[in-house]
Amino acid sequence: MIEFRRVTKQFPDGTVAVEDVDIVMPPHKTTVLVGSSGSGKTTLLRMINRMVDPTGGQVLIDGMDVATQDPVQLRRGIGYVMQNSGLLPHRKVIDNVATVPLLRGVGKREAYAHALELLDTVGLDRSLADRYPSQLSGGQQQRVGVARGLAVDPNILLMDEPFGAVDPIVRAELQQELLRLQGELGKTVVFVTHDIDEAFLLGDQVVIMQQGGKISQAASPAEILAHPADDFVADFVGADRGKRALHVTEVDGRNVVVDADGRPAGVLTS
Amino acid sequence: MNWLWSNLDLVGELMLVHLALSVPAIILSFVISVPIGWLAHRYRWSRGVLLSLCGLLYAIPSLALFVALPPITGLSLRSPLNLVIALTLYGIAVIVRTSADAFDSVEPDIRQSATAVGYSAVGRFWGVELPLAGPVLLSGVRVVIVSTVSLATVGAVIGVPSLGSLFTDGFQRGIQAEIVTGIVATIVLALALDWASVLIGRLLLPWSRPSASARRLSVARVERVDAA
Ligand SMILES: Nc1ncnc2c1ncn2[C@@H]1O[C@H](COP(=O)(O)OP(=O)(O)O)[C@@H](O)[C@H]1O
Ligand SMILES: [Mg+2]
Repeated sequence: MIEFRRVTKQFPDGTVAVEDVDIVMPPHKTTVLVGSSGSGKTTLLRMINRMVDPTGGQVLIDGMDVATQDPVQLRRGIGYVMQNSGLLPHRKVIDNVATVPLLRGVGKREAYAHALELLDTVGLDRSLADRYPSQLSGGQQQRVGVARGLAVDPNILLMDEPFGAVDPIVRAELQQELLRLQGELGKTVVFVTHDIDEAFLLGDQVVIMQQGGKISQAASPAEILAHPADDFVADFVGADRGKRALHVTEVDGRNVVVDADGRPAGVLTS
Repeated sequence: MNWLWSNLDLVGELMLVHLALSVPAIILSFVISVPIGWLAHRYRWSRGVLLSLCGLLYAIPSLALFVALPPITGLSLRSPLNLVIALTLYGIAVIVRTSADAFDSVEPDIRQSATAVGYSAVGRFWGVELPLAGPVLLSGVRVVIVSTVSLATVGAVIGVPSLGSLFTDGFQRGIQAEIVTGIVATIVLALALDWASVLIGRLLLPWSRPSASARRLSVARVERVDAA
């Protein structure tokens, strides 16, 4: 479990990126941080593995304040996946995946064998192991990034807009893949996106952030749609317009659901 | 040509001497410039100071530096070591800016991602920043190779033998073939070392060629996304 207690981050230049945030991210669930650019999502995420240290409040993992832990050791135990994969361009795919286990002192044979298994896990062909990241497609690179994030079998997986730079078709594929993986592995995932659809698709808990690094609402997607905390949230999730403002019309004795523009979204089955 | 055939031994020997002067200076200036370049890259205040100092160093006329060094180092003016030190200083002046640029060229994203997965600062320098700075560092080394090999000839004027001795001797005795031989041999030596450095770069940086073309591709991809 990850817990933020009254956490604030003010950068030396005076920017308040995160302000007075209280949030609990339950274990084995996916928490999605969603908000527009500059709303403090990355900063909030990076306070979990001490890439950023809060200027106020505490971040706890399983009840332990991360500030008391050595940052390098802490990071080696937490998976991290970022946009544009963040893979090391001078290391082959297999070396990238094995990086952290090797840093932690796992033997080479074991690290490489496990890395190959991880390629299977994320749906990549083992023949890609000897390529350099630049020789892969964007989608494949992101899969390698996920494999690297899983390499030390971390309890926590941090993902910062991991699918932000791939095309929509590949993104949809990767999202489904992540749902499948999460079903199998049950990690505590913290996922950052600016795409509300992605947030609703992946999140057990969705945290909506607004400018200035404040949380507007943290709840399940259904709760957010049912009871948006304020106008900002209602507007952000589009609860009153377009494809989310659904209503039912009767067609030939069946209840058809249509959106605000009158486009059918499906049929009510009960 | 006749002159060359009857003096092949001499030319061969001077080539070796010339190598013995330039190679240590090239290696030393590379090794010393890397930490200086890193410092210049790392802090804004140090960049200006270090790069200006190196610029000044380069502005000192070579003969003046050769003559100014012995009192400081306690070496004789004609000592080859004196020349190696002077060549190293010039080499550093030539390469430091490139070496700072080399570390600048490492993408911040990659540095951050290395930090995020648990590289320590030292591990990140050796395992990530230095290798990724490699291609730009290599381009700097290639410039140093050419400039050092050519500058080493000036040592002949103060009495340190090298391929430059063929110029001085040829001028004094009016043997044109000797002068031409000196010039050609210097160029050949520079090209050979340059070629060797490219070869070593290929061995040490096998990833840098495919990724160069792929980087263009991914830039194109980003531009498409931006346009969309
Ligand atoms: N290192 C930094 N120094 C100063 N300001 C920063 C720094 N990092 C982020 N910020 C600022 O903090 C705010 C939140 O940034 P960030 O967490 O990256 O937002 P998001 O990930 O939601 O786009 C922005 O205004 C950004 O400019
Ligand atoms: Mg961000």
